[in-house]
Amino acid sequence: MSIMQYNGSAIVAMAGKDCVAIAADKRLGQRALTVDTDFQKVFPITDRTYVGLPGLATDVKTLYDRFRMRVNLYKHREERTIEPKTFSHLVSHMLYERRFGPYFVEPIIAGLDKNDKPYICGMDLIGCLDFAKDFIVGGTASDNLYGMCESLWEPDLGPNDLFETISQALLAAVDRDALSGWGAVVHIITPEGVITRDIKGRMD
Amino acid sequence: MDAQFAIAGRDFVISVTDKGVMSSILKMKKNQDKTCQLSSHTFMSVSGEPGDTSNFSEYIQGNVKLYSVRNSQDLSPSETANFIRGELADALRSRSPSHVNLLVAGYDKGAGEAALYWIDYLSAMAKVPFASHGYCGYFLYAVMDREYTPDITLDGAKALVKKCFEVLKTRFVIDFADYTIKVVDRDGTRELRQDEL
Repeated sequence: MSIMQYNGSAIVAMAGKDCVAIAADKRLGQRALTVDTDFQKVFPITDRTYVGLPGLATDVKTLYDRFRMRVNLYKHREERTIEPKTFSHLVSHMLYERRFGPYFVEPIIAGLDKNDKPYICGMDLIGCLDFAKDFIVGGTASDNLYGMCESLWEPDLGPNDLFETISQALLAAVDRDALSGWGAVVHIITPEGVITRDIKGRMD
Repeated sequence: MDAQFAIAGRDFVISVTDKGVMSSILKMKKNQDKTCQLSSHTFMSVSGEPGDTSNFSEYIQGNVKLYSVRNSQDLSPSETANFIRGELADALRSRSPSHVNLLVAGYDKGAGEAALYWIDYLSAMAKVPFASHGYCGYFLYAVMDREYTPDITLDGAKALVKKCFEVLKTRFVIDFADYTIKVVDRDGTRELRQDEL
């Protein structure tokens, strides 16, 4: 088992019509042992940009702390909030800085840009960016998530339909993954604001 | 192969560590206190690599104390736990990582509630209602999952600790001779004897 599977996680982002969604499970484990069932893996970066960090839990915390510092410095220097695209490149650079001793996370970024257009992107643990128009998945349940998203996602979903699609995709995926699950949190990012919902899942 | 666990209620945390020191097949000591007092209302229990445990906990104890002296104010449990996590995470990717598993227990006087933080040697951290480290977890999480309620009283938690001892006695290969049992609540930290449970 690789270090990427040590704590277990499942994160998915989806683009809709003028909205994006990002969802994550809540489990923190040590291999097969569940330690916490309310572990945060998705973090707000700005009002309309969120980052999900599937992978090793220690690096989830460390990286989020470092992102927060860098985004605050950006805000002070530039006197504006960071765009999701700019933020993804920041993350990518921060990961590649550690090319030969990486942080063991595959970040997923979801947000709306300044024209309210959906933006989602993923990357590997050394920061190779992966842009997508439909969905991005990550974590120990990523294979299952690919299957679910491939069959459930369709273009131009509104916020409500997108919520339903992403929730069902995540719940179905984690039910067949032993290392992730224990409920989930879903953020729907719209031009009017962010809707955050906690959803219950199978507790086993 | 240590016994290390803790249970948090709304306004208290009860923490248990065994007193044994083992080296390979040898029992070196049976009265070691594996807890470390950080401030009047915060302490942590430590297990892991023998040298690292005392080195790391003394380093943390010194720096947490230094903060209180400099600022005439104690760190809250959440601040303490985040500071410890930061230090352990920096050490992890340095040339001298510390192999220590921690449970940080405290009572937040400002918020009026107790807090328990689980931190492993990779410095993953979680705020949890009950926690354990090492092989004991495989036995004790089952007991604590079944018996724990968020509104558990100190007496309820003491009874739960007794049940945990019972499970360790009947099913765990090691017979732990004695335990350090500590409680933190609004009155501060105190140690309990096993017959006081």
